[in-house]
Amino acid sequence: MGKSEISKNEWPLYEIFIRSKNGLEHRHAGSLHAADAEMAIENARDVYTRRQEGVSIWVVPSAEITATQSDEAGELFEPAADKVYRHPTFYDLPIELKHI
Amino acid sequence: MGDKIILEDKFQKRIDAGEKIEPKDWMPEKYRKTHIRQISQHAHSEIVGMLPEGNWITRAPSLRRKVGLLAKVQDEAGHGLYLYSAAETLGISRDQLFDQLHTGKAKYSSIFNYPTLSWADIGAIGWLVDGAAIINQVMLTRTSFGPYARAMVRICKEESFHQRQGYEIMLGLANGTPEQKEMAQDALNRFWWPSLMMFGPRDEDSPNTEQSVKWKIKRKTNDELRQQFIDITVPQAEYIGLTIPDPDLKWNEERGHYDFGEIDWDEFWTVVKGNGPCNKERLQARIDAWDEGSWVRDAAMSYAEKQANQIGKEKLAS
Amino acid sequence: MSVDRYILSLSDNSMILGHRLSELCGHGPTLETDIALTNISLDLFGQVRGFLSVLAARQGSDVTEDSLAFLRREREHFNCILTELPNTDFAHIIVRQYFFDVFHKMQLEVLQQSTDQDIAAIAVKSLKEAKYHERFSQSWMLRLGDGTEVSHAKMQVAVNTLYPYVHELFDLTEWEKELIESGVAADTETIKEEYYRLIHQTLAQANLSTDGLSNRYAKGKHGMHTENLGFILAEFQYMQRAYPQMEW
Repeated sequence: MGKSEISKNEWPLYEIFIRSKNGLEHRHAGSLHAADAEMAIENARDVYTRRQEGVSIWVVPSAEITATQSDEAGELFEPAADKVYRHPTFYDLPIELKHI
Repeated sequence: MGDKIILEDKFQKRIDAGEKIEPKDWMPEKYRKTHIRQISQHAHSEIVGMLPEGNWITRAPSLRRKVGLLAKVQDEAGHGLYLYSAAETLGISRDQLFDQLHTGKAKYSSIFNYPTLSWADIGAIGWLVDGAAIINQVMLTRTSFGPYARAMVRICKEESFHQRQGYEIMLGLANGTPEQKEMAQDALNRFWWPSLMMFGPRDEDSPNTEQSVKWKIKRKTNDELRQQFIDITVPQAEYIGLTIPDPDLKWNEERGHYDFGEIDWDEFWTVVKGNGPCNKERLQARIDAWDEGSWVRDAAMSYAEKQANQIGKEKLAS
Repeated sequence: MSVDRYILSLSDNSMILGHRLSELCGHGPTLETDIALTNISLDLFGQVRGFLSVLAARQGSDVTEDSLAFLRREREHFNCILTELPNTDFAHIIVRQYFFDVFHKMQLEVLQQSTDQDIAAIAVKSLKEAKYHERFSQSWMLRLGDGTEVSHAKMQVAVNTLYPYVHELFDLTEWEKELIESGVAADTETIKEEYYRLIHQTLAQANLSTDGLSNRYAKGKHGMHTENLGFILAEFQYMQRAYPQMEW
C-alpha cells in the first residue's frame, strides 16, 4: 500500500457567500479549500452553483473572520430581548389603517 | 468535576429542547469526537463511493446516461466536500481526515467495497444504496449539530435525483430485452444483501445506539431503519417484476411489516474488517489520487504565496 | 455530405476530450479540482448532444445521437489528435486543456455567425462555457508553470509532448474549405495569429518554452488517429457493441 503524507501546507479554507438572484443579499453557502482567492471563486462556482444557485459570489478566507464567542452571547444578544420597542408590532394602531 | 456534570446536563437539555449546537458552543469532548468520527466517516463514504460508479462513466451505454452518471458522481464529490467542511468546524483539518482514511484509521460504508460488474449495477446502486442512504440522511437533517444538519439539508435536496435515476435505469432494463432483464436481476441479487447490511449490526450488537439517539445522530435503531427500507423497497421491486433474492421474505399481516431472512453476518464482518472484494483497491485508488496530486497542491500554494508577496511589494513601493 | 462531416469534427473534439476528462472523475488532486474538471467534461458532452441531435434529425430514418456517438469506427472520427492524447499526469491534462480551450473559444466566436443556423445556435450557447474553461485552464497554466521546480519541470515536459500537435487545430481539410466559402465553417486562418499570440503570452508568463519543438504528424481531421483512439472507443462503445439495438 502506498504512502500518504499530510502536506505541511494545506490549501486554506474560504467561506463562500452566494447571491442567489439580484435583489437578495449574499448568504453563507458553505466553505471550501483554495490556494488563493481567485481559485476560491472558481471552486465556489463549480461547487456551490452547479444548479444555477447564484449570480454573484463572495469569498473570504475563514481565518479573516472575526466572530463573537458563544460565551459572550449572553451579554451581546440578550439585552436586545427586552427591547421590544424596536419591533413594529410594539406599536398599537387601529386595524382599519392599512399599509403602515 | 461537579461543574462538568452541570455543564453536560445543561448541554443535554438544550438538545432535548430541539436547540442546535454550533461549533463554538461548549460541548462534551465525547460529543466532539463522536461527531468528527461520524461526519468524516460519512464524508469518506461519499468520496470512496465515487469509485464503483465512476468505474462505469467511460462505458455508459448512451449519452443521456453518461451525463446523468457524471453529474451524479460529481455530486458525491460535492457532498463529501460539504461534510468535510462540517467536520472541519470541530477543529480538525481535511488533510488530517484524509490521512485517517488513507492509513485505515477511519472507516467508510462497506457497500462500496463491492464491485460494479455490469451497467445494471449502476441502476442497483442508485436505487438500493442511495435509497438506504436517504433513509439515514433524512433523519440527519434534524440532528443536533448545526453544521452537520445543514450539510444534510443541502445533500438531501441534491440527492433526490440520484435514487430516481437509479430506479429509472432498473425500470428500463426490467422492461427491456431478456438479456437486460437478466442483467438487472443479477445486479439486484448481488446488491440486495449488502444494502441491508448498510444499516449496521443488529440492535443487540450495536452498543452506541443509545448515546446516538440522545444526541439525535440517530432517531431510530438500525433494525427499525432496516425494516423501513425493506418495507419501502419490496413493492418497488415487484412493480418492475424483479425478484428479491430472499426465500424467507413475506408480508406479515400481524406485524404490518415484511419478515425477511437472516443476513450473513460473517460476510458483514469480513468486509468491515477490510477483507471484502474491493477494500484494498478502493483505498489504494484514494491514496494514489492523493499522492499523485501532491505536487499539484504544493505548486498552487507556492504560486499563491509568490503572488501575495508580489502584491505586498507593489503596495510598499507605491 | 461535407457539412455532416464538419459537424462531426466539431462534436468529436468535444466528445473525445470530454471522454478523457471523464476518466478522471474521482481521481483529482483535490475534491474542488475533481468537481471542476467534471464540470468541463459535462459541458463538452452537452455540446456533443447538441451537435449530434441536430445531425440525427437531419439524417433522419433511424439515426440517433447515440448511433452517431457510439457506432462509428476509428477512421470515421474527425477529432484533432490533441484531444485524444492520454491523461499522463495533471500537467498534461492542463496543457492539453489550455491549448484546446483557447482554440475552442475563438472558433466558437466565429461560428456564432455561421450561415448554418443550428451550428450558430450551438456556438452561442457553448461559447460561454468555453470562456470559463479557458479561464480555468489558463489560471492553472500559470500556477503550475510558475509554482514549484517540480511543477515547472512537469509542465515543460507536457508542453514538449503536446505543443507539436497544436498546429493540427488549424489544419484545413478540403471539405472544410468548401464550407468556409459558403460561410458554414469557421475560417481558422483568421484566428491563427491571435491564437499563437495568446498561448505564447501565457507560456511566457508561466516560464514555459517551445524552443526547438517541431510539429508532429497529425491527421485526425482526416480520420487518421494515434493508437490511443482505438482504446478510447473500445471502452466508450463497449455497451452498444456488446448489446446491440437496445434501449438504455
